[in-house]
Amino acid sequence: MSELLALFHGFSIALEPTNLALMVAGIVLGVLIGVLPGLGGANGVAILLPLTFTLEPVSAIILLSCIYWGALFGGAITSILFNIPGEPWSVATTFDGYPMAQNGRAAEALTAAFTSSFIGAFVAILVITFVSPLVAGFALRFGPAEFFAVMFLAFASFIGLSSGSPFKTMASMMVGFLLAGVGLDTVTGELRGTFGSTELMRGFNFLVVVIGLFGISEILQSVEEGLTFRGREGRIDLKAVLRTWAEMIRHKAIIVRSALIGCWMGITPAGATPASFMSYGVARRLSRHGHEFGKGRIEGVIAPETAAHAAGTSALLPMLTLGIPGSPTAAVLLGGLIMWGLQPGPMLFVEQKDFVWGLIASMYLGNVVGLLIVLVAVPWFAAILRVPFPIIAAIIFVVCAIGAYTVNNAAFDIVLMLIFGVLGYVMKKLDYPLAPLVLALVLGDRTEQSFRQALLLSEGSFTIFFSNALVASIMLFGFVMLFWPVLSKLWARKEPSPA
Amino acid sequence: MPQFAGGGRGIGQTTVEVVLALLFMTVGGLAVSEGLRLGNGWGFDGPEAGYFPFWVGILLIVASGATLVQAIRRHDSGRLFVSWPRLLLVSRVLGPAIVYSAGIFVVGIYAASAALVLWFMRGIGGFPLRQAVPVAAALVTVTFLVFEIWFLVPLPKGPVEHALGF
Repeated sequence: MSELLALFHGFSIALEPTNLALMVAGIVLGVLIGVLPGLGGANGVAILLPLTFTLEPVSAIILLSCIYWGALFGGAITSILFNIPGEPWSVATTFDGYPMAQNGRAAEALTAAFTSSFIGAFVAILVITFVSPLVAGFALRFGPAEFFAVMFLAFASFIGLSSGSPFKTMASMMVGFLLAGVGLDTVTGELRGTFGSTELMRGFNFLVVVIGLFGISEILQSVEEGLTFRGREGRIDLKAVLRTWAEMIRHKAIIVRSALIGCWMGITPAGATPASFMSYGVARRLSRHGHEFGKGRIEGVIAPETAAHAAGTSALLPMLTLGIPGSPTAAVLLGGLIMWGLQPGPMLFVEQKDFVWGLIASMYLGNVVGLLIVLVAVPWFAAILRVPFPIIAAIIFVVCAIGAYTVNNAAFDIVLMLIFGVLGYVMKKLDYPLAPLVLALVLGDRTEQSFRQALLLSEGSFTIFFSNALVASIMLFGFVMLFWPVLSKLWARKEPSPA
Repeated sequence: MPQFAGGGRGIGQTTVEVVLALLFMTVGGLAVSEGLRLGNGWGFDGPEAGYFPFWVGILLIVASGATLVQAIRRHDSGRLFVSWPRLLLVSRVLGPAIVYSAGIFVVGIYAASAALVLWFMRGIGGFPLRQAVPVAAALVTVTFLVFEIWFLVPLPKGPVEHALGF
């Protein structure tokens, strides 16, 4: 199998001493980022991105993707010990994780969370290893119309699968598209949406927007919710680990099901957060102990964590093969690829084999390393939240400001970051999802370009989007996803909705 | 002023919903006008530059219009977006942050960051200066070493750094 050969070659790259060191550094940094309020996977990666220009692209992506894995692990720590979801996808983990910690079973909850995260990620990496070359090979035949159709499918699924108001999802997305359009039009060279401002000529850099939307807004929210964290002790000993592992074997059906839900939701860009909720809901509905969920059932930790990690990891599959990220953090990584001079999409698998397979191999290693690190070092990471909040908040502010500044060496971007911070704070409180905004901002230019190229080919006729079986079926699937809430209501009136 | 179920006062949820929806509709309107200025028809090189902004603007107006109508119809006047005491908390962090970002233009990022840490620790956390000063100094030193020396990324500087010869 050519994938296995390529993978072994990838391991030889990932196992180079520099890359191994970056891997460990990335995971530790990532867990820190996941634990701290105001620093999540997306903006943690965004802040560090400008510092990776001196590295080889493969080393840079290993560092940044390991930060992502670390952040995925770290989110669970604060959910279980402090009832504060460090990341949106660990909200569902608080439902049973925090009660378990209150009942004195923190070690088991943490072990279950980390182990199921690991398994979820592992399944997703297997899927990436064997499915992505196929998808990439398939996508090599794509023209502009097909690319636009895939983008349409991605954005339509966001609207159709949104848990809140589809109008708010749509508004958030359109704001992202508009922000992406500001600056020089790449086709005609005209200035758009700058309204005479020279600062806006550069356009809105997605890194600045991400740091504001996810970083600053989260600090403001944490401030509002009170400045202290009260947490449980979390120390994990070997006995607790083995006991939990023995218990987890009994829940293997839940693990497999959650991993599959996660992979599916990650590849169709619904993302880790809905995946974790859906998996939790399904586990509760199918369990004989469904009524005990929320009081500290271990299944209630296993299901969302497995799905969240499977989704978070498999979100890289469409990013690598099609250039369409499945999550905000994947979107930031995609922005990184472009900044490192790599063209995301199917050609990566042909032209940048070292990069792709080095990254995939580092995913295997990174998750093993990550599991070991978090199991051993939980108490230290949890101790960080005992640092008084004013110190943490001030430091995070400074880090965010530096991160925003270094993108373009522009102090004006720090002002923009604050504006987006306030906007993000208001949007979050009103249940506007932020992920569509970021994805639209990152993909806006390419969506528009493929749309315009497609229409240029067809001389202005929209029939090009339905001109062959491939593009027509993608578009059709997109429309199904767009109107999913309406369709699913029509199809399944009798069935009770999975709460 | 809407009354919160728990007794507090503050800014109502509906008010903020309406304001944000109107803001988005304005942004959509700007996009539509910009699209019309650039041309939203067919140019010699395909759809003109204004085509995409025009339609995206229309979609934004439609989506925000729907949100606006829903918010007004629901009008749960009891729900609070944020209560005054909480807003005060937020403004005690946001206010200094605004001053901080303005201060970077004047005194550079190092001096401004030190001042921000001092203010947060002294003014919000109530720490004594003998604890706040070392933390601020440590943060600035570490930042300087990491960025200026290690990664060779120059950050904005002010009169203090110039006096020190950087």
